[in-house]
Amino acid sequence: MARMKFLCDAERCIECNGCVTACKNEHEVPWGVNRRRVVTINDGVPGEKSISVACMHCSDAPCEAVCPVNCIYHNDEGVVLHDKDMCIGCGYCFYACPFGAPQFPQEGAFGMRGKMDKCTFCAGGPEADFSQAEFEKYGRNRIAEGKLPACAEMCSTKALLGGDGDVIADIFRNRVTVRGKGAEVWGWTTAYGRPESKGQSATPQQEKKS
Amino acid sequence: MNANIRAAAFCAFSAVLALGLAACGEKPQASVYQEGKYQGKPDARPWDNPRYKGDKLAWEKDIKARNAGQNEYARQGQ
Repeated sequence: MARMKFLCDAERCIECNGCVTACKNEHEVPWGVNRRRVVTINDGVPGEKSISVACMHCSDAPCEAVCPVNCIYHNDEGVVLHDKDMCIGCGYCFYACPFGAPQFPQEGAFGMRGKMDKCTFCAGGPEADFSQAEFEKYGRNRIAEGKLPACAEMCSTKALLGGDGDVIADIFRNRVTVRGKGAEVWGWTTAYGRPESKGQSATPQQEKKS
Repeated sequence: MNANIRAAAFCAFSAVLALGLAACGEKPQASVYQEGKYQGKPDARPWDNPRYKGDKLAWEKDIKARNAGQNEYARQGQ
């Protein structure tokens, strides 16, 4: 099994926010916390593009690197998770994340920052699988149920793909080949690294400029 | 009367002793941080639960089926 990844196809996303709703509902995410959101670029202008953004489960996760208490980890499927019992709510991970994935619920009378909450790829966290503690802290563990993230599985246009990185990359590659356009995947190179060989640029836009 | 005082003193001494030793059973609450290593609780594998009972192949089969289900080009002919 390869690493679990998300991939959002900007050519297909229609900004329905179904993924956001599915995530909120599946994990009973509290008010003010959005593990997933839809971002629209050039909103209202012909040719606008929308993309669904959450934790990209980076292979070399900046949040994991900056966490002062080392409470963030990768599981064997490449999913970035964290231990809420250790989190001190400092917010370093939020500053480090290029996608704004870490969320902080407001707690207490003065709006104090609570423990970090983020997309778990529906893989729960370091508590017993299917336990009440796991659900309350991290949400439902669909991965342990043999399912994929709710946001990707219910996406009506299948713009949002989630699962084994090799498989979803193949699905997307096939899609681009069939329709003949839309190879640029927003966020892909940021999350999954840039080509290392010289003379090879990271994105088609950079290719055109050079 | 003397016996009553002695009993009360014994009770008070026992209580003080119990309270005094209560902290001896306390677990250390401070983590020892090792830089660059995850310090939290270990997580279970997705197939180590009552549903899959450690059957990794069954779990992988289910995940592969779900992965493939996202490809509508493959589903068209079914």
